[in-house]
Amino acid sequence: MRRSRLLYVPFWVSYVFLYTPIVVLVAMSFNAGESPYVHEGFSLDWYGVLAQNERIREGLVNTLIVAVGSTALATVLGTLLAVGLVRHTRSRTLDAVGMLPAILPDLVLGIGLLVFYATIRSTLGLHSVLLAHTVFGTAFVTAVVRTRLTHADTSLEEASRDLGATPLTTFARVTLPQLAPGIVAGALLAFTLSIDEFVIAFFTSAPTTPTLPIVIYSMVRFGVTPEINALATLLLLVSFTVVIVAQRMTRLTESLS
Amino acid sequence: MLKITGVSRRFGDVTALSDVSLEIRQGEFFALLGPSGCGKTTLLRILAGFESPDEGTVTLDGEDLLARPAHRRPVNLMFQSYALFPHMTVAKNVAYGLERERLDRSEVRRRVGEVLEKVGLGAMAGRRPQQLSGGQRQRVALARAIVKRPRLLLLDEPLSALDKKVRAEMQLELKRLQDEVGITFVVVTHDQEEAMSLADRIAVFDTGRVEQVDAPVELYERPRTPFVAGFVGANNLFAGRACSVGLAADGLGVLPGVSTMPDGTPALLAVRPERLRLGAEGVLRGEVVDVSFYGGVSHVSVLVAGRPAPVLVAVQGATRVRAGSPVALGWADADGVLVPQ
Repeated sequence: MRRSRLLYVPFWVSYVFLYTPIVVLVAMSFNAGESPYVHEGFSLDWYGVLAQNERIREGLVNTLIVAVGSTALATVLGTLLAVGLVRHTRSRTLDAVGMLPAILPDLVLGIGLLVFYATIRSTLGLHSVLLAHTVFGTAFVTAVVRTRLTHADTSLEEASRDLGATPLTTFARVTLPQLAPGIVAGALLAFTLSIDEFVIAFFTSAPTTPTLPIVIYSMVRFGVTPEINALATLLLLVSFTVVIVAQRMTRLTESLS
Repeated sequence: MLKITGVSRRFGDVTALSDVSLEIRQGEFFALLGPSGCGKTTLLRILAGFESPDEGTVTLDGEDLLARPAHRRPVNLMFQSYALFPHMTVAKNVAYGLERERLDRSEVRRRVGEVLEKVGLGAMAGRRPQQLSGGQRQRVALARAIVKRPRLLLLDEPLSALDKKVRAEMQLELKRLQDEVGITFVVVTHDQEEAMSLADRIAVFDTGRVEQVDAPVELYERPRTPFVAGFVGANNLFAGRACSVGLAADGLGVLPGVSTMPDGTPALLAVRPERLRLGAEGVLRGEVVDVSFYGGVSHVSVLVAGRPAPVLVAVQGATRVRAGSPVALGWADADGVLVPQ
């Protein structure tokens, strides 16, 4: 059966629509001139400028601290929550409430957290952003691990108990290895979401400890230079790498289990 | 050795087990046989410790088994799906239970090696379960369960996932192993041939009740309930009332059989197809409606006036009767088994 070439038109239109801005952004990062809109020849100058930007480096470090810390917390909490939801309760309400922070508008979560921190008289800083990111990260990890858990074979856990393993040993030696692909995928998701999260970080960070998206925002307000493009290109590279690594890892762990 | 007394289990409106009592002897190969949904798997899960009964007691060697959690029972279960740990090698799978007993490493290694030899998988120790065939996986599951030397080994439909040829092989293997290790086996199956060929004794289950407990031959020759008569093997059943010489069948007259019941008791008369004789003279007259040749045996269906379903007759080898010919059916008095209804 021959397929009409016309069928490919919407396919390519979609892809062009999706990726044109990104291609333009990357191309402009290699601009020799000052403008992010007019290409005046190839150069790596803006990457050099970027490397010397103290504020960006600071923002990057802050973002990494927040992303790594919140991902670690969210992975542990999310996995435990998923196990609790799937194996120890049949409540659909609890299920829905567990997922809520993933769907809630960032604005609501951000304002809510700000009010919460004010109520408990907490100071704002990296710790408050880190905890805020843990909130939605946990929800995402829960969602991913939960899906894997509902498809997992409960007879493996029963076999472990039957062979004399305590519930705790069963969890560590049988349940966790089975969930590993889901946990890795959930952690990478939480990490990538945290890295470029703006709204919640904007509400919950202190002016002295901005994360990278906030630094970029404040730079853009005074006009865009190809330096921003260079930075965006690097972030793009990181995201792509994480996505590819995530795919490889899940395939790898899946083939092991 | 294992004593089950008055065990009942309900799931909402569904009664999975109702007042089940059984006694299983040391070293026995015992089968729980029944159609799916008859409660046999629930009973197995109660013994393993994954379910608890609403009522009743279970004792093993006089000790209350239900009081112990699953991981502290001297009972092991071979799962229908085998439930091998996919992230561990064959050797690790088998060692898992021994490691939980905190045996020292050399002891674990020695016993794992021994049991893998016993099931013929010594060369596969380093493989992962997904690299094995169905029959090999089954052997690993078996090795993993018997290496713990349980007092009682439970097997959930042990052969159902295997193809026909491997199944026959494993059937012999299971019997040989049971002889060798001397562990009491309780096997759950819906396959009566499997139960018959494996077990020393069989308990037939229907809708949560034990219908009959007997050795395979007795079960086949002397069914005691209508369900067993119909479920175990092919049978020709006639409904009627018991009388001194057999059964007064509805619309068919008196059929010969051995009756121990008071006259007039509602009963079924069961005659095995291979016990029926085709001839010119007999108790019943009818017309052949179908002849099927299977090589060793032929099945002849005979339609008898007064009985809606044809009577099935099994004869050795080929037969000369043709569809449409009139025949008479007879059987020895002793082959007519009366079952109270």
